[in-house]
Amino acid sequence: MLQGWPLLSLLIWLPIVGGVGVLLSSQNNPDRARWLGLGVAGLVFALALALWGGFEAGTAGMQFVERTAWIDAFGIDYALGVDGIAMPLVVLTAFATLLVVIAAWEVVQYKPAQYLAAFLIMEGIMIGVFSALDAILFYVFFEAMLIPMFLIIGIWGGPNRIYATLKFFLYTFLGSVMMLVALIYLRTEAGSFAIADLYGLNLPLGTQTLVFLAFLAAFAVKVPMFPVHTWLPDAHVEAPTGGSVILAAITLKIGGYGFLRFSLPITPEASLALDWLLIGLSLIAVVYIGLVAMVQADLKKLIAYSSIAHMGFVTLAFFLIFRIVAGGGTEDSALLALQGGMVQMISHGFVSAAMFLCVGVLYDRMHTRRIADYGGVANRMPVFAGFFVLFAMANAGLPGTSGFVGEFMVILASFQAGFWYAAVAGLTLILGAAYSLWMIKRVVYGPVNNEAVEALSDINRRELVLLGGLAAVIVLFGVYPAPLLDVMEPSLNALLRIVLATP
Amino acid sequence: MSFEMPQFALAAPEIGLAIMVCVVLIADLFDRSQQARLAFVLTQLTLLGAMGVAIYTHWGSEPTLTFNGMYISDSLAGLLKAATAGLAALTLAYSRDYLRERGLLKGEFYLLALIATLGMFVMASAASLLVLYMGLELLSLSLYALVAFDRESRAGSEAAMKYFILGALASGMLLYGMSMLYGAAGSLLISDIAAATSAGDNLLLMSFGMTFALVGVAFKFGAAPFHMWVPDVYQGAPTAVTAFLGSAPKVAALALFLRLLAEGLGDLHDQWQIMAIILAVGSLAVGNLFALVQTNFKRMLAYSTISHIGFLFLGLIAGSDEGYAAALFYAISYGIMAAGAFGIIMLLSGKGFEAEMIDDLRGLNERHSGVALVVLLLMFSMTGIPGTIGFYAKWLVLQALIEAGLVWLAIVAVIFAVIGAFYYLRVLKAVYFDRLQEPSVLGASAAQKMVVFGNGALVLGLGLFPDALITLCRTALGL
Repeated sequence: MLQGWPLLSLLIWLPIVGGVGVLLSSQNNPDRARWLGLGVAGLVFALALALWGGFEAGTAGMQFVERTAWIDAFGIDYALGVDGIAMPLVVLTAFATLLVVIAAWEVVQYKPAQYLAAFLIMEGIMIGVFSALDAILFYVFFEAMLIPMFLIIGIWGGPNRIYATLKFFLYTFLGSVMMLVALIYLRTEAGSFAIADLYGLNLPLGTQTLVFLAFLAAFAVKVPMFPVHTWLPDAHVEAPTGGSVILAAITLKIGGYGFLRFSLPITPEASLALDWLLIGLSLIAVVYIGLVAMVQADLKKLIAYSSIAHMGFVTLAFFLIFRIVAGGGTEDSALLALQGGMVQMISHGFVSAAMFLCVGVLYDRMHTRRIADYGGVANRMPVFAGFFVLFAMANAGLPGTSGFVGEFMVILASFQAGFWYAAVAGLTLILGAAYSLWMIKRVVYGPVNNEAVEALSDINRRELVLLGGLAAVIVLFGVYPAPLLDVMEPSLNALLRIVLATP
Repeated sequence: MSFEMPQFALAAPEIGLAIMVCVVLIADLFDRSQQARLAFVLTQLTLLGAMGVAIYTHWGSEPTLTFNGMYISDSLAGLLKAATAGLAALTLAYSRDYLRERGLLKGEFYLLALIATLGMFVMASAASLLVLYMGLELLSLSLYALVAFDRESRAGSEAAMKYFILGALASGMLLYGMSMLYGAAGSLLISDIAAATSAGDNLLLMSFGMTFALVGVAFKFGAAPFHMWVPDVYQGAPTAVTAFLGSAPKVAALALFLRLLAEGLGDLHDQWQIMAIILAVGSLAVGNLFALVQTNFKRMLAYSTISHIGFLFLGLIAGSDEGYAAALFYAISYGIMAAGAFGIIMLLSGKGFEAEMIDDLRGLNERHSGVALVVLLLMFSMTGIPGTIGFYAKWLVLQALIEAGLVWLAIVAVIFAVIGAFYYLRVLKAVYFDRLQEPSVLGASAAQKMVVFGNGALVLGLGLFPDALITLCRTALGL
């Protein structure tokens, strides 16, 4: 029924227009802004579910394709479409934004209309990133994303917000302009900006390497990979809760998505030649950043570093496929790694959002993020403590939660690449458990030794809905990931064929 | 040489504009409002009319020479004229409140602007060195007078003096170069010069002439190392004049370049390319690095202009029609952005108060979120973030550079673009992140706000649907 609709255009432009509407209509009426924002975010989420419902799981091709001429002079189309890689991320984006709108309800008091408008516009732009089929259109959305995020961190962030937002902006801007140069160069080779036309160009290895490095500059900063990760802890710590949620749940995934959509298929030989670099950096992220996370004194910083470690696991999975095949593994094992990476991305979207929302709940009550200021929270907030512990377990990859599925698949696949890859990758489970559970011990358990904690009140109904919804999703995908895997498999399989076609 | 009747109809934009200059001059005498209302309305109508006439006369026709080959009518002339007239009208629309508060609201202001526009029109259609020079001087002399328009202001007088002396020096250089070109080619007609260069006559003399001409052009653009006048003049001139000076004349300077160096000396491209690279990279470096440390918004915008000129030169360096089209798009879109940025300063300035420091923008989001949003769009557009027109300007230039095989230059350019982002973001920091204790209400008239919003809408609208303007620019250069 919905196949005939321009569903993706609606998903992109409804939140943007809705955001502008909130801005225009409700500047002086916070309540109207909240309800309007909730209405728009809810409608977009419903449409995203419709997208999922109408999606045919069995094929690898782009679905819901729309194509209109946009910049005729260069043959650039306004071309949209989603495959099994992009569709789950679109749904995740709509879900995360809905959470952010609810989470902001009475918490954000300074210019709530602008806050909600920024997030809604951000949502439209991010969905645009995932559904663009043309490189310039992708770039336009990719860069435009900086505008709302710059404002979100800068206006509603913490005390050091200006430093953080400038750092965030300049880091990501520098990375992405390099990609622009690479994309323009690719057009001179391919004669088109359509992403599909950029595949299979068979460029010489030297050129491919340069293009690969340019893409790496853009996506490594977004993911973020070691050593260009330093903007993330700053940005996360200073961002408001909603900003952290969107950053961790979605924008980091755009880096991973970029590797799948651009780096691997456009420059497969360079990816093969440089896979040692990516694998090395990913392993450093998993181990070193995991250790760094453990010693953090700030709750948000801890989760930020844990995000970097988890995303390192994702990039590890994506670039391990060459070693898996070279190590005698079947293409099925390589596919398993890719699927594991994707599942890990989606799962991390839920888990990191949940963790940041939990920190937000605590911060709204205590106005501190220092772990040392807490202790014994479970005594005063038992329901909250239950959720927080569940999410921390998911973050550590406990079986039965979504966090486990992806990690398990990747580790299983990495055995085909060699025992040591699997062994080091497996460290993520140990380190994850270490920093997550130690944090839980210090924050949630133990005696109450702080008056402020003594005065805490448990979560209200709004927060219960938020955390309960997330908990349900995390457990659901933990025990029954099949729907997700089925959707992705054909697309990832097709991608793998492109990547491995060139020896 | 037999006398041939010129085709006056082809020069309709210039003739009409010249007539309207006289009409405004006389009409202003009978205007009793003391507010130069009649002159303002007539000027704006004239400029809008001139846009239409220019397009109607020149657009789509085969290049036609008339007035003994000294005047050319082609699509490029049509677009250049329409753009200069449109930008002039846009910047003048901001000016009334600002000038009134300073007692400068006189008919002569609009008259001089109109004469300057006439000069730009003449440059756009010049097919002979003499006509080109005449148009340039008509423009420059009007601008000198405009910069000195506030007679009471010491900074204004100083700026005008600097501008005049350096401008005269540049004109001298240009004229000297032109004399050599004339000596080498034996003709003042640009088509003859082009023929002589492609035949390889007197190549050494021609190269010397080209060098001096390029220096003159660089002076008029304000490209480093010939940029010294830009910051002082921008800062010292009344903001209404700075806005005018910062937008339309850039398109006219591009016309000068295209007519003289691209059409006339295109075959010397290999020789002027390396000089243009130095100019471009120098401008990017000087403009961006000096802008970083400015606290005066007007002065920062002046340095940012220099950096934008550097980017525009990159398009010219490519030496292809693609590159020229990119530079044309860049000049037009920069004109729109500059008009908006100086317009914001005019909007925020009040009686006896010049809102020219970056600090004067603090807390603007709390004072008026709509105007703050326009500042946001303008600054991101100057940075080159998609969704605004500035992105396509930079993209087209990079595209031309990479197609010409100059990937390294494209990388240099984007790195400077990132450096440049910092000072634009600093403005936004003042607007959005700095909070005031007691935000005062913005005391600007509704009409002025409408112009600001219109300008913002232009930046955003062309940022979402750039196709029409890109196609226009490419068609004008025969692509």
